[in-house]
Amino acid sequence: MFSRKKKIEQISKLQVNSYSELNETFHMLWSNKSAMIGLILIVILVIVAIFAPFIAPNDPYQRSLPFRLKPGIWSEGLSTRYPLGTDYMGRGILSRLIYGARDSLTVGFIAVGIAASLGIFLGLLAGYYGGMIDHLIMRFVDIMFAFPSILLAISIMAVLGPGLEKAMIAIGIVYTPQMARVVRGSVLTVRGTVYIEAEKAIGSSDFRIIVLHVLPNVMAPIIVYSTLSIASAILDAAALGFLGLGAQPPRPEWGAMLADSRQYLMSGAWWAVTFPGLAIMITVLALNLLGDGLRDALDPRLRK
Amino acid sequence: MAENLLEVKNLRKYFPARGDFLGKAVTVKAVDGVDFAIRKGETLGLAGESGCGKTTIGKLILRLLEPTEGEIIFEGKNILQFNKNKLKSLRRHVQIIFQDPFASLDPRKTVEYTVAEPMKVHSLNPRQRRQKVLQLLDKVGITPEQARRYPHQFSGGQRQRIGIARALALNPKFIVADEPVSALDVSIQAQILNLMMDLQEEFHLTYLFIAHDLSVINHVSDQVTIMYLGKIVELAPKKILFHSPLHPYTKALLSAIPIPDPTIKREQVVLEGDVPSPINVPSGCRFHTRCPSLLPVCKSKEPVLREIEENHFVACHLHGES
Repeated sequence: MFSRKKKIEQISKLQVNSYSELNETFHMLWSNKSAMIGLILIVILVIVAIFAPFIAPNDPYQRSLPFRLKPGIWSEGLSTRYPLGTDYMGRGILSRLIYGARDSLTVGFIAVGIAASLGIFLGLLAGYYGGMIDHLIMRFVDIMFAFPSILLAISIMAVLGPGLEKAMIAIGIVYTPQMARVVRGSVLTVRGTVYIEAEKAIGSSDFRIIVLHVLPNVMAPIIVYSTLSIASAILDAAALGFLGLGAQPPRPEWGAMLADSRQYLMSGAWWAVTFPGLAIMITVLALNLLGDGLRDALDPRLRK
Repeated sequence: MAENLLEVKNLRKYFPARGDFLGKAVTVKAVDGVDFAIRKGETLGLAGESGCGKTTIGKLILRLLEPTEGEIIFEGKNILQFNKNKLKSLRRHVQIIFQDPFASLDPRKTVEYTVAEPMKVHSLNPRQRRQKVLQLLDKVGITPEQARRYPHQFSGGQRQRIGIARALALNPKFIVADEPVSALDVSIQAQILNLMMDLQEEFHLTYLFIAHDLSVINHVSDQVTIMYLGKIVELAPKKILFHSPLHPYTKALLSAIPIPDPTIKREQVVLEGDVPSPINVPSGCRFHTRCPSLLPVCKSKEPVLREIEENHFVACHLHGES
């Protein structure tokens, strides 16, 4: 008995390592191969975006009509100057992709960031409190759902004015209802659990319960849904650009590149469409891999 | 006689239910006029079939649910009139142990966190919180090494012990134990019950012990209350209730307790049919649809709970006129 008491005292005096939770999460992420591939890809993309001027082989804005729609290294001739070929204005696709990573990644992250913050906030309120608050928020969300998303984005842009920054805000707002729905649904299941009731029984405030107990338990669907949304956000930003509302030409942006080159696909210039598409796909894939791994790493039930 | 720690007077809880096929609104009478009192340091066992309103009473006492009517008096004060701040300080004195140990712990928090949380919420022992948590865990048989683990790494019995440690963290006077052992193996049940009784002695706890298993009730209780469809049918000290039950429903419940001796012959009262729906409570005595000793008066007049002999309360027309 005495030794047990002593042991408890000793252990309780040990410095509690508050990083250990984080450590475990990292460890879990580290040992997850696909998540690490995702993380590495994203780090590479971000580095490329930051150091674009040093990496890009040519000026992404430099037009040269004699070289329009030329193929890249896989064919003879111009290969070394334009490794991935040129677009309909004779600009190097590789350079435009490298510079485009800046805008595209920003659009994806910021737009989804806006949608996630608003959506999580609304979803938590609606799901946790229920009743009148839930009705008000969800009916408002339903109204937003009634508009086709691109139409809603266009009308928001009409108010805000054109520009890539405004497009991010517009897309963020358009994505909010879906995010709120996803969050609310998960909150409803967590709200009914006994451990939330236990929190109320010990006298925790609603704020404490929501932030410390509800939110961590609804993170999984939020992470998965957010990573998936980033891809659509990049594409929707392109759609807005296509309508002259998003990134203004000649600014290189992946979605816009895709949209601009679409009409030259039939004339055989497949590279002008394929590489921006591949860039988007790789980004989305990397984010999904990382998102999946992150979701697992944050769940103590899956740790060994 | 010790004073009453908790008194419940005419407690009612009606839940609104979505209407029948014609869309008429109906109410579920989960608790329909219940009175009882628990003396300091004692255990009141509350038994009855599932759906009779036992758990609802437990949640009403913690004000996890708001009653439709009635009074809940804790240490002389009606807790139903408490505002937010008073309610929070009430939580330090009244705690609950939940039925399902697999659902009552947050899966994303370590055991240490879960047990420390009540103290954090009430800003108690900031300096020695960790030591207090480990002591509590030690009391319920969880080692300091296990404190950093997550709920899924424990068995059902261990989790229930953690739930008990959490309930004890605020040093409460009164604990509602809502079927604390019904989700556990029989061998583990005894351990948990003995632990709870040891803790009762050590911390001078008062329990409201809710269970549907009468042998469990028999093990832990001083007083026993039998409920049927939201009402108390019999209330007596344990010995009296188990030796000379008066209400036909209590008799039926008691005869259903298995005795581990096949040579003993005994009278078996087997109830027919199901518990009627608490939406359409039978007229007169609620039990008359299943009662083996039905009187003509039972269908029309509802019996009241009255003291037949000292401390022995029964609500039954068979024992009304004595």
